[in-house]
Amino acid sequence: MTAYLGDVAALARKDLRLELRARDTLPAMALFVVATLVVFHFALPGGASEDAAYGLLWVALVFTALLGLGRAWAPESEAGALDGLVLATSDRSAIWLGKALATLAFLLAAEIVALPAFALFFAPLDGPALLGVLLASVGICAVGSLVSAMAAAARGREVLLPLLFLPLAIPLVVGGVGSSISPEPGAYLAFLGLYDAVFAILSWAAFEYVVTE
Amino acid sequence: MAVSEAVVRAVGLEKRYGLRTVLRDVSFELESGGALVVTGPNGAGKSTLLRLIGGLAAPSRGLLEIGIERRRVGFLGHEPLVYRELTALENLDLYGRLYGVPERRERIGMLLGRFGLWEARRQRISSYSRGMTQRLALCRALLHEPDLVVLDEPHASLDDDGLALLDAELGTLAAAGKTLVVATHDPARVAALATGSIALGHA
Repeated sequence: MTAYLGDVAALARKDLRLELRARDTLPAMALFVVATLVVFHFALPGGASEDAAYGLLWVALVFTALLGLGRAWAPESEAGALDGLVLATSDRSAIWLGKALATLAFLLAAEIVALPAFALFFAPLDGPALLGVLLASVGICAVGSLVSAMAAAARGREVLLPLLFLPLAIPLVVGGVGSSISPEPGAYLAFLGLYDAVFAILSWAAFEYVVTE
Repeated sequence: MAVSEAVVRAVGLEKRYGLRTVLRDVSFELESGGALVVTGPNGAGKSTLLRLIGGLAAPSRGLLEIGIERRRVGFLGHEPLVYRELTALENLDLYGRLYGVPERRERIGMLLGRFGLWEARRQRISSYSRGMTQRLALCRALLHEPDLVVLDEPHASLDDDGLALLDAELGTLAAAGKTLVVATHDPARVAALATGSIALGHA
């Protein structure tokens, strides 16, 4: 177990180091989410309900995550490094978990920019809504890291990733919007927690087959 | 006389990608400490066979038994299997951690010195020449002192110094009782080490 967690930490740290060096994912995500919120700010008619604005926030977050996931496996694809990791790790699922944690760090960083911008343009988020964002982000990165690995190994990855990811993200959007606008957000938060647990276990178990030809 | 056990045993091995068969009916046995040389024209399936032996692909048909744990295999492929935006030190440190190499820093320093990369250890791989990248790939493949070393055209891109280093390294590995599988277009270069050979043709 210690070796497994050591592998996960080393892999996640490697992704953070690559991003600090190249800066080709996080700035793009932050700029994209802010630009999207600005567009929504002007697109939403005056007098529109706050509920509609919360819906647009989730559209912005899901597509921002998609942007990050599209780049997630690029360093592994460039020089065949994924094969090296497959050979070297004690358990191949560590590769998925390391990638999911690094992607989560990037998404949370983008949300640290996005949520104040949303509060500025629309309305601030309360506690349950923030918890909903956190839980949904975990789910997005768990399932997104798996499907982006599948897409990275295929031709037409730019098309395949949204086709695989967006249907799986619909429950997260439902849970996230519900936790933002419902007077009783507990059920939605529990739903998001359940989604995270189920899809994290499925992704963890399935990754072995994704990286084996 | 001691009987060596087979480290790799293949019977009727076949590999297909979709409708295309790239490897057909390959059988061989490689004993511990032996050296198998794989030859054949481009597209004959040499790299595919080595990926199967390395555990990076599964056969479509036939039997392939590897008598060594997956992480005790050292694999050199066509790609260097490193991160281009990390330095040589950072790449080898990552792999050293994943393989659980004891006294990692000393081992990395020794390999970088032996393969002539010590001075360039803090440069990103994106700034390396092809020959330097191949030397680093050899360092990565040998970092964890593997028992089975699988090398796909290891002489590619190396200059005369690099070729001499590689020849010496292969001799050292063979003398240390490591099992070798080498795919090459220049079988004369490894003929002295070979205990067996396979000539692949187009499937």
